[in-house]
Amino acid sequence: MREVYVVGIGITSFTRLEYPLSEIAAYPAMIALKDAGLSKVDHVYVANMASARANHQTGLASAVVDTLSLTPAGAEVIENGPASGASAIKQGFMAVASGLHDTVLVTSAERLREVNNLEATDIVASLSHPLAEYIYGVTLPSLAAMFTRLYMQKYGVTERHLAMVAVKNHDNALLNFFAHLHEKITIEGILDSPEAMTNNPYVAEPLRFFDCCPVSDGGAAVILASAEVAKQLKKPLIRLAGVGQATDTHCVHERAEPTDLLAVRGAAAKAFHMAGVSPADVNVAELHDAFTILEIVESEEVGFFKKGEGHLALERGETRLGGRLPINTSGGLKAKGHPVGATGVGQAHEIVLQLRGEAHKRQVKDARIGFTCNFGGFGNNVVCLVFKREN
Amino acid sequence: MAVDLEKILRPVDNPVPPFPPKYMMLAGGEEMVIRQVARDEIPDILQHVEPLIHVERDYYDVVAARLYSELLAYYRYRVQDEYVLVAQIDGELVAVVNGRLLSKDVGMSYHTVALRRGLRVGAHAFATKMEYHIDIIGQKEVLIVAESPIGFRRWMIEYELEKRFHIAHELGGVPSWALTKELFNRARETLVVGRRPVPQQLLKKAQAAILPPTDPPKAPADLLAATRSLYDSTGTALMSQRWKQEGKA
Repeated sequence: MREVYVVGIGITSFTRLEYPLSEIAAYPAMIALKDAGLSKVDHVYVANMASARANHQTGLASAVVDTLSLTPAGAEVIENGPASGASAIKQGFMAVASGLHDTVLVTSAERLREVNNLEATDIVASLSHPLAEYIYGVTLPSLAAMFTRLYMQKYGVTERHLAMVAVKNHDNALLNFFAHLHEKITIEGILDSPEAMTNNPYVAEPLRFFDCCPVSDGGAAVILASAEVAKQLKKPLIRLAGVGQATDTHCVHERAEPTDLLAVRGAAAKAFHMAGVSPADVNVAELHDAFTILEIVESEEVGFFKKGEGHLALERGETRLGGRLPINTSGGLKAKGHPVGATGVGQAHEIVLQLRGEAHKRQVKDARIGFTCNFGGFGNNVVCLVFKREN
Repeated sequence: MAVDLEKILRPVDNPVPPFPPKYMMLAGGEEMVIRQVARDEIPDILQHVEPLIHVERDYYDVVAARLYSELLAYYRYRVQDEYVLVAQIDGELVAVVNGRLLSKDVGMSYHTVALRRGLRVGAHAFATKMEYHIDIIGQKEVLIVAESPIGFRRWMIEYELEKRFHIAHELGGVPSWALTKELFNRARETLVVGRRPVPQQLLKKAQAAILPPTDPPKAPADLLAATRSLYDSTGTALMSQRWKQEGKA
């Protein structure tokens, strides 16, 4: 298997973008091509979840490859729910590693704000089990709320811990030009003041407004290349060193222990094994915090902290900028935003920035190894990636 | 015999109780004071509302133009029974709400403009305006319309307003919606916040000066223009964006 490098990155603001979906995918790709110093690639993967339903557009890859004048390169859409982005990167990795292609563009786009918030919630809920979950009114916030309640009872996580995640990630997003939410929040304002219940109402108890990510439009892109190509380009050598994917039961209630996220555990273990590193080696991580509880639990399941102790590391400040292991320096899904199918590529973008030393005010000093966890469904399909700086 | 036309043109306001100022903490931890302003403070507000007339985003242009005229009419005594409340953070003007009394029992909500977006600044100011009508003045209901989708979500959906479509609202003659006392009572626990009395130091700072908004709403930038320009050596993309902002394209 050949080694695979990230040689170009690009991103749009995560916000409301009133552009055609193909443009949202094309512009970060253009930035990534320019960043890499390439004008052509062998193949294009486009990550997206909801174009057919939200934007009445199918065959997105054909539109994107033509918009970019990259024809006759092969192109296809990768759809794997909220993990579409990292899945597309995994496909690109396989294409380069296998020797099928030397250069692959992985771009992504989502434009869910074209529909109203109720419809967007419904579209995302369609990834739950149609007969065992969806028809009973399950949405992702409601699943996450039930999960959170169990987690609180079992491990002592409190609403204050959830709020601490939100405050940290909003603070990080203030340092990220491309983030959706540039709003400073405080524990007092969202939890302790007499106005907190109105400022930060329950969405699905015990999850409140500031425990949930926004619905964002946006796109991000990375260009993967073989070592031969990468070494010709004048860029820091960032290797995609580990790729891991795992699945779990479609229905959350069929899991033996619902508070375990076995797909996260499995995907991370595979990615670390392939990369030949351990969780303790990681300098910076982007975890899929669609809900604040997920950052805490994923930080345990991937092996950064012992099970049930992620919130204690948070209390100690280990996961904030300047801490031992900064998590979600971009602002995470919580504040950078969550353009669903593009989120995994956005996570990779942040890690590559960090490993290159180009993250400016949110730069993690001397970051050499980065990690991403892209969480599909409610933990039923997860893709983790490990990146290494080699020079 | 000379006729003093001003006496004919100037309406005589009905006496209503003044709004007692209150304050609340926002999600960001800042304390926001909401207070009623006197006529002589209106010019200070007008200068900060005027720039919004040119902001083509979320109907700020329409709302600001109408609000400007309402404030000016209040200042120049050309509207009856109007009031104006402002929301301030450390003196900075962050929201303006206004309305008038249609009758003893019915209020006419005019506008809610957030000069700082996010963190429920506008929502808190609107709730306070409703509190003034229902609790302080003692009216039975307030007639409301929304010009923007954001306003519709905030008022019609969050408060579950009742239809009064047979009544043309003073804003544009469109069908009215109504917040009744019963609906307000229902929303009281979740949407209406604020503490009284306002600490003297906070109130004095608010009354001392109406400071300009530090981050007023702006027309959205063409977020992809910078990217386009990377591939556009003539700079046409950026120029066309500027032309659009200047109304030339």
